[in-house]
Amino acid sequence: MPSSLLWAVDVYGRVYSLSTTGQQWEQCRHAHLEFKRVSAVQQCCWGIACDHHIYLNVHASDVRIRYQEETYENQRWNPVDGFSDRLLPSDRWQWSDVTGLTHQPLDSFQLPSENWEWEADWYVDENFGGEPTEKGGWTYAIDFPATYTKDKKWNSCVRRRRWIRYRRYKSQDTWAKIPSEQTGSLPDPFNDISCGGWEITEEPRGRLSLWAVSLQGKVWFRDGIHYLNPEGSVWEEVSTPGEVVQISCGPADLVWAVLWEGQLLVREGISRDYPKGSSWVVVESPSPEVGAIHVAVGVNVVWAVTKDHRVWFRRGVNSHNPCGSGWIGMVGEMVMINVGLNDQVWGISCEDRAVYFRQGVTVSELSGKSWKAVSVPRDNERSHSSASASSLQSAGCYFGGEVHLQSQASVLSDVDSEAEKATEGAPPTLEPDEAPKPRIPKVTSDSFISELVSDREGQIGRHEGPPTAAGPSIPEEEGTEWSNVDLEEAQTHLTVGTVADSAETCSLSSVATYNLGLEEQYGADEHPLWAWVSGGGCAIDSHSQLNWFNSTTGLNSSMQAMSLSITPTQTAAWRKQIFEQLSERSKREMENFKHYEQAIEQSVWVKKGSMQWWRDWKPYKWMDVQFAVEQFSGAEGNKDGILFIYYTFNEEKKYLHAFINEVTILVPVLNESKHTFAIYTAERTKQRWPIRLAAATELEMHDWLALLSVSCCDSRGIHGPPSKQAIWSVTCKGDIFVSEPTPSLEASPYPMPCDQMFWRQVGGHLHIVECNSLGVVWGIGYDHTAWVYTGGYGGSFFQGLSSSTDNIYTQTDVKSVYIYENQRWNPVTGYTNRGLPTDRYMWSDASGLKECTKANTKPPSPHWTWVSDWAIDYSVSGGTDREGWQYAADFPASYHGHKTLKDFVRRRRWARKCKLTTTGPWQEVPPIPLSDVTILPCGLKNAVEQVLLWAISNKGDVLCRLGVTSLTPAGTSWLHVGTDQPFKSISIGGVYQVWAIARDGSAFYRGSVSAQNPAGDCWYHIPSPNRQKLKQVSVGRTSVYAVDENGNLWYRQGVTPSYPQGSMWEHISNNVRKVSVGPLDQVWIIADKVQGSHSLSCGTVCHRLGVQPMEPKGQSWDYGIGVSSLLLCS
Amino acid sequence: MTLPTPIIMADDKDVLRDVWFGRIPTCFMLYPDEVTEREAEPFYLLLPRVSYLTLVTDKVKKHFLKVVKAEDVEEMWFEYEGTPLKWHYPIGVLFDLHASNTALPWSVTVHFKDFPERDLLHCPSSSVIEAHFMSSIKEADALKHKGQVINDMQKKDHKQLWMGLQNDKFDQFWAMNRKLMEYPTEEGGFRYIPFRIYQTLSDRPFIQKLFRPVSPEGHVLTLGDLLKEMVPAAIYEPKKYQVVIHGIEPLLETPIQWLSEHLSHPDNFLHICIVPAPND
Repeated sequence: MPSSLLWAVDVYGRVYSLSTTGQQWEQCRHAHLEFKRVSAVQQCCWGIACDHHIYLNVHASDVRIRYQEETYENQRWNPVDGFSDRLLPSDRWQWSDVTGLTHQPLDSFQLPSENWEWEADWYVDENFGGEPTEKGGWTYAIDFPATYTKDKKWNSCVRRRRWIRYRRYKSQDTWAKIPSEQTGSLPDPFNDISCGGWEITEEPRGRLSLWAVSLQGKVWFRDGIHYLNPEGSVWEEVSTPGEVVQISCGPADLVWAVLWEGQLLVREGISRDYPKGSSWVVVESPSPEVGAIHVAVGVNVVWAVTKDHRVWFRRGVNSHNPCGSGWIGMVGEMVMINVGLNDQVWGISCEDRAVYFRQGVTVSELSGKSWKAVSVPRDNERSHSSASASSLQSAGCYFGGEVHLQSQASVLSDVDSEAEKATEGAPPTLEPDEAPKPRIPKVTSDSFISELVSDREGQIGRHEGPPTAAGPSIPEEEGTEWSNVDLEEAQTHLTVGTVADSAETCSLSSVATYNLGLEEQYGADEHPLWAWVSGGGCAIDSHSQLNWFNSTTGLNSSMQAMSLSITPTQTAAWRKQIFEQLSERSKREMENFKHYEQAIEQSVWVKKGSMQWWRDWKPYKWMDVQFAVEQFSGAEGNKDGILFIYYTFNEEKKYLHAFINEVTILVPVLNESKHTFAIYTAERTKQRWPIRLAAATELEMHDWLALLSVSCCDSRGIHGPPSKQAIWSVTCKGDIFVSEPTPSLEASPYPMPCDQMFWRQVGGHLHIVECNSLGVVWGIGYDHTAWVYTGGYGGSFFQGLSSSTDNIYTQTDVKSVYIYENQRWNPVTGYTNRGLPTDRYMWSDASGLKECTKANTKPPSPHWTWVSDWAIDYSVSGGTDREGWQYAADFPASYHGHKTLKDFVRRRRWARKCKLTTTGPWQEVPPIPLSDVTILPCGLKNAVEQVLLWAISNKGDVLCRLGVTSLTPAGTSWLHVGTDQPFKSISIGGVYQVWAIARDGSAFYRGSVSAQNPAGDCWYHIPSPNRQKLKQVSVGRTSVYAVDENGNLWYRQGVTPSYPQGSMWEHISNNVRKVSVGPLDQVWIIADKVQGSHSLSCGTVCHRLGVQPMEPKGQSWDYGIGVSSLLLCS
Repeated sequence: MTLPTPIIMADDKDVLRDVWFGRIPTCFMLYPDEVTEREAEPFYLLLPRVSYLTLVTDKVKKHFLKVVKAEDVEEMWFEYEGTPLKWHYPIGVLFDLHASNTALPWSVTVHFKDFPERDLLHCPSSSVIEAHFMSSIKEADALKHKGQVINDMQKKDHKQLWMGLQNDKFDQFWAMNRKLMEYPTEEGGFRYIPFRIYQTLSDRPFIQKLFRPVSPEGHVLTLGDLLKEMVPAAIYEPKKYQVVIHGIEPLLETPIQWLSEHLSHPDNFLHICIVPAPND
């Protein structure tokens, strides 16, 4: 789990965040002003400051937010000037957008706000649809508008070129004011804010919904917020049936608001196309006599707080029924509630103002079990005085809020009476028992001040001057000078603030605010008093391990010390000493006495059990068999074993056996109905016929797999973690395998055949794995999460001895399952789900051959569980209409996203997410999701300190990882390498050649990459093979191979040290899915349609034979295991 | 944000293997006064450090019974340089306590008469050893987990622990024993560390007290902390004493929890021997 943040505001208006891996509240130092409320999501946090303006805090990322501005320069040819900017009157503008309709000169582009900066100047784009253009970037056509080509022809009368300039968002990790550009239509300041809605669309654009409430009770929606435009573009008013005091927006399509009168509003009609929704429905307050004052919504939950602080849970809420069905009263009295990710709930107790977490909230039990206080110290607990001093300083500048003013006023005059007055002046909605509490000490001015001194030393140090001039604080003369000025200012503001507060518009929120003011004076510093909490960015669920509860300051620091010591133990001297001494001891006590008899004789050890076996002959079927593994120790102490399958055929007892040391791989083949696995030997790989066995339960299968795996490793003398030179691969199911290279693997002229390599499984789940020979291994999950190998082994179902104790962590992965809804048009009813008799199933898989309904489609294996509901998938290639439909003339055909007259069928894709949780030697590398990764393949003699690692984010950004060494394989940070378009594949060769493929299929070579300059300096555009769009590239020591979208494998000719770009592409093979070139230029591919492979495999690993220094292309393919493995050599 | 850096090196599992497969080359010699029919040849054997003398000396018995007069045979017992060897201490402890820093093989004298009733417990059968072994494990678990783990195990699980030791099956034993070594992460270790400290120069058989792996202030306690409390002399006169566990001398800053997890004997106790340092 990567760490994420819980945000909170204390009663002083200070903003804090608490990391899921941390144990203390960190004050947000960038906040130079007090905040009233915050609303967090994972990538940013919105807040309302005490000046009632809205601020945005975008979390810093190694990849900056960059927005590409583009404009076109258009020219026409005339006999006099040649091409010139003198166009015909009927022509487009000289500078225009792509359509030519809008006039767009370069100087018309302005930065949208002061939070942006230009990255560089304008430049010409010399890439035209994946092909490099001539210098100057011109593309030619006969006339506007027309088809452009990169070559000038005799009839080219017009030409145009594209200019690009990037601007980037600069206000990261700081509170940037959102300019209120429409001052006219925004008469009053904001009072509440709520951010969410990112799950409404599955777009990578990262659209967000931001709802805000003004002091007058109006609701506003911020339009146009997405990843490249974090500030949004415009406020739109949303009319409401009454005055709203508070609003809450969930991650998906739930939006609820609270009316001044205490009823609740539910927004209906929110969808992908209408994130603002269409109408409001009123829901009555949970309790008829007491109105609601606060509401919080998640994906499928709604929580509310009534004016008596009671907490309510709304039953039956979901996307189809946003109003739910009824209220349930919950235990606990809260000031406010917030629902974060995974419908987890946070609250601020009205009794002690502590932040509470709702424990036990799961999908099946959304209301959770109990409240648990978050008790961690704040980072400024010890250095408190300085912190509050600084906060006051800033308060002097921005004093518009209510909180501090009251306390300061009290200090200045008679404290007692002031406090009383303040109480009397409370708004009528104030809870009576919220006023002077018995625990509040009766204070005199002196004792009060001293208490305050202990509380907020810095602040009081400045204020105690005038009232206690005779007191012992004379040395603080300078401070007094200061405070006089400061206070005068504050007082003027005070009047303003009070007027605003006591005005009719005073909302319910001031109930909370007022109390805060009161409590602030007496607040015991042991317990921070919180005003607001937001868990929208806090990625936890009911299984998360949090160290936030029941910790005291003392224990906390020691706990941190302990958790820190986990890793250092490995390097600690004492540990090294034990390792060394033990091996010395073994040598001393055993080496010379090996001929002695052992006291305990070793014997044969057998494990037996019942299983089902997929019969070797026709008719193939599962039959009951007895399965046994015999393990014995050889003469030299090495272990070996045999596995037996006892079956009955024609009432005759027979058996089949295999030697454990001949097993090459054990593959779990989980499907819905059976818990099966396959055992391959070299012989059976050749025959494409593994031993397939099914156990009765998953647990049994895992027991057997773990046992067999240990036996296989024992028989081959493999113990502990994989070596640094190990070869890693993943199957198409995401299982991870590792193989120890043997010297014979690449031996010439008779390399070890692929089918004899032994692969053992390592826990975890990955989509892509990449390694080098220094033991740096990275992986990418199906959900694009980046993982780094920790040096352990085992995990998953490998328990106990086949797993290391350290370095095993929880790993999760999420992927989508897709089904298709198919319809046919008929003249009477239009499109219906009644097809022709010859048609495919109306609910099917992509091919249409298999029926897949929403109800009968299960997750891929029992390890996966559904985590979302079925939703229409709009991100299908070819595009869709607004309802997600794609049209075609008939099944099966090519589909397009709009209906034409010739279209008689249509289909749409539904997606449902499922999640897998396992364990393995992998640690997440947050926070940027990746789609490809490559590591410099270091030769063994190569003592490179820093290991070059490049990656591509799932948005297509090219990234270079800094600080990667064999001791710190995770590295430290990303360096963003600018590109003009998104990329999809990348590979580094043995001598720092970086090759990459852009999304448009063009290839690029990065120049001047070296150990000293890991990011290189510029991109060289390499023309693609004729008419082919490349999709993947792999570089060895000198060879460069690429695969195109049609499965052709290409070899780059003419690559030399002085000309690393090479000269041209040469076709090698077809039916290739993926290629991997090793550091010795070994070529491995995953091939489709290898003869003899059957349905069990979805690809075959092949090794290029005959690769020689003089013949880098090799001669033929050697076919390996029939399990799709994305193979990586070292 | 940076990750805690994973470091790729030898795994702690290897320690468990090394501990389990520790062997002491031993030369068994018959006590010269035993009446024999012919001269008794010495018998050489590799003894597992973690096992018990009477559990692994069937071969020794068989060997010497060939020469000893049957009517003179009583219960077999062992002695090293005049000290009767307690079978209920693990073999490694006996060796470290009495014979560390001596030449190998370890010469053990075999007796069949004059059983030293005051010094040794009788061991009529292996079921006595099993009972002793299991009670040690239970006692250790009572200290570590209030006995909850061992009590949750079934009879066959207990048997698996014992059979693992008896047949020298590392995998079999540890498949079960790892459950006894688990603890809630948030507590940072066991409730108390099951340990025993043996001293050659003491009348007490051994020291065993309650000791937590983490101090009330939350510090990780080390071997040094333990010794400081139990045997201060071992710390303050380092030249005079050696602190030996499994034939090695761990550094005093080794966390006691780690030692308990990795260097405990199969009976789940951490047996620590304090022996006089060789004067050279």
